[in-house]
Amino acid sequence: MAATLKAAIGERDALTDWPDEIFKIFQDFNVQQVPYVPDGGHARLIAAVHADPSMRGIALTTEEEGVAVAAGAWLGGQRAALLMQSSGVGNCINMLSLTKICKFPLLMLVTMRGEWGEFNPWQVPMGSTTAAALALMGVQSLRVERPEDVAETVSNAATMAYGGGSSVAVLLSQRLIGAKRFVK
Amino acid sequence: MTTNRLDRRTTVATLLANRKDALVVTGLGSATYDVAASGDTPRNFYLWGAMGGTAALALGLACAQPEMSVIAVTGDGEMLMGMGSFSTIALQQPKNLTLLILDNGLYGETGAQQSHTARTDLAAVAKAAGIETVEVVETQSDLERVKGGFPAATNGPRVIVVKIAPAEYPRLVPLREGAHAKVRMREALGLSAE
Repeated sequence: MAATLKAAIGERDALTDWPDEIFKIFQDFNVQQVPYVPDGGHARLIAAVHADPSMRGIALTTEEEGVAVAAGAWLGGQRAALLMQSSGVGNCINMLSLTKICKFPLLMLVTMRGEWGEFNPWQVPMGSTTAAALALMGVQSLRVERPEDVAETVSNAATMAYGGGSSVAVLLSQRLIGAKRFVK
Repeated sequence: MTTNRLDRRTTVATLLANRKDALVVTGLGSATYDVAASGDTPRNFYLWGAMGGTAALALGLACAQPEMSVIAVTGDGEMLMGMGSFSTIALQQPKNLTLLILDNGLYGETGAQQSHTARTDLAAVAKAAGIETVEVVETQSDLERVKGGFPAATNGPRVIVVKIAPAEYPRLVPLREGAHAKVRMREALGLSAE
């Protein structure tokens, strides 16, 4: 009974705390620039980034700007992590030429829409093709379904990017984040 | 009177003559050729594609190297594609970033089609986006005035729109190997290759 309760509490904590775990990984990897297009799933992480004077949260007008910002950061000796929603991945396609040609490392954290419990059909075309679109431009996707897998996945993706020089996107599933609620 | 407009190569060479150790990133097309014609250095990073990204790339670089002047040199066409970058830069206010926009009102690389700057005032757009230091250079005396404080690493972000003549020069072939361009700039900054 106690074990069940503990497991339940642990699960609850993991459910709510994964944005903080991502933030901790950013700190551990000395990420200093966090370009982002806001998303509800990233809201807590974005707030944490802006509250930390050692990180620069960079609000973008469109996602492809962030691909270029991340490249510029690396060119100047800093690490960046790019945050966006799945619908923004399509906007990045041509700008990923920069990443690919110049072999810039890239870490993207993509919150997924258009899948688990999605109510808005307009999110589906890009949400259902996110990993395929990234793959076309040489960005590897690591998908996370469960809160307890977030930290390990993001940490390994960060190692692959900053250490291995890869372009990696962590896709944070809509099941993990929770579908947006619509009221009739 | 387009015939009296400034010459692009001379203008870029004049401004970059005072660059010292500034880092320069260039937008695809003639801006890349103009900067390369003024002299190649590991502190130049040339884009040959990724249109719309030069200003944003320069922003990331400027934030990573706050003590260093960073200059983005690009054309009106590329800046129009990345116009949102004015707003993104305005929000960050990097003191060390200058955007030098060569405005000939044309897409020179693709057959000289008219660009939107026939109606759109990029300097006014930059200002409205929240960049306070915006200058327009149209004459030789404007150029002399701007040259003195170029590139200032302390009063940015700064946007300089230069009205240049539409004349095209023969294309140069500066470094196209992007991975090498990246490594040589990092090494010039005392960073590791990877």
